[in-house]
Amino acid sequence: MSTMSPSRRRVLLYAPLAVAGAAGLGFWAMLRGLQDGSFNPRGVPSALIGRAPPDFALPEVEGANLPAFAAGDLRGTGRPVLVNFWASWCVPCIIEHPQLMALHREGVPVLGVNYKDRPADARSFLQRHGNPFARLGADQPGRVAIEWGVYGVPESYVIGRDGLVKWRWAGPITAEMMPELRRLLA
Amino acid sequence: MTRLLLLLALLLAAPAHAQIGDTTYRLEDPALEARARAVGRELRCLVCQNQSIEDSDASLARDLRILVREQIAAGASDEETLRFVHQRYGDFVLLRPPVGIHTVLLWATPVLFLGGGLIAIVLTRRRRAATGIGDTELSAEEKARLARLEGPPPP
Repeated sequence: MSTMSPSRRRVLLYAPLAVAGAAGLGFWAMLRGLQDGSFNPRGVPSALIGRAPPDFALPEVEGANLPAFAAGDLRGTGRPVLVNFWASWCVPCIIEHPQLMALHREGVPVLGVNYKDRPADARSFLQRHGNPFARLGADQPGRVAIEWGVYGVPESYVIGRDGLVKWRWAGPITAEMMPELRRLLA
Repeated sequence: MTRLLLLLALLLAAPAHAQIGDTTYRLEDPALEARARAVGRELRCLVCQNQSIEDSDASLARDLRILVREQIAAGASDEETLRFVHQRYGDFVLLRPPVGIHTVLLWATPVLFLGGGLIAIVLTRRRRAATGIGDTELSAEEKARLARLEGPPPP
């Protein structure tokens, strides 16, 4: 063991420090990503990115007085649209709602899919928090959500001008994410 | 000792199979139901993420269990059923991810670790040989001394 040169010994001495430093940097990057929404450790990448949305046709939410929509309504709109899966029983949807209202006021077409909800509950949610949706479909059995690969509400998709899915976010849209989202929807 | 025995007993015990209580959507044909269960065990519940849809009680897992049974009852093969869910939820839904460009590191990890270990072992052995440790032949002088020490004690 006495054959180890002093420089080699120094390298071995500092190696753990370097490893700890690298781990710290990685952790810092993760925390930053968590904060601005670019990193979601529980997030599941969407299989739809870059593809056309699945074929579907939703009925309207009873008594909501909003037109329902189908796959065809997402094509040829001439501008990007936001598709938002939500439910009145979903607490993060309340956190997200002001952001949807803001996008609606800015003229972004927000299309809502009311997931596994009672029409009366959905209506009173919109009455209390305001209605951001240009169109609203009801997915009571949750089958259309499965077609989209939705695994929880809220979940949002940006459909580009070309009718392909550009972006997906699983979880509430927060105020911090708005600049990025506005850029995608411009 | 008792603790060790207990640990061994735990290791040998057959894993208890959790059964989902709701039987309303089970297929009547036991062969089809068995196939549906086998397919379901390959699919990850995306809500709990570490359970298969057969083991999970999440509502999405329930919906997917029903969907798998519908597909199988409609005559789809196991592969077709898996592909149906895979197309919608991507690689993550498969508990055994397919080999591909972005999963190659995952699949190669055992080989990489084993290979790395082997290389490390070979390198250390070589270095040891080079530094003279491992040469165990005794010199004539040492042999004489050893014989003296091993010999009968002087009276």
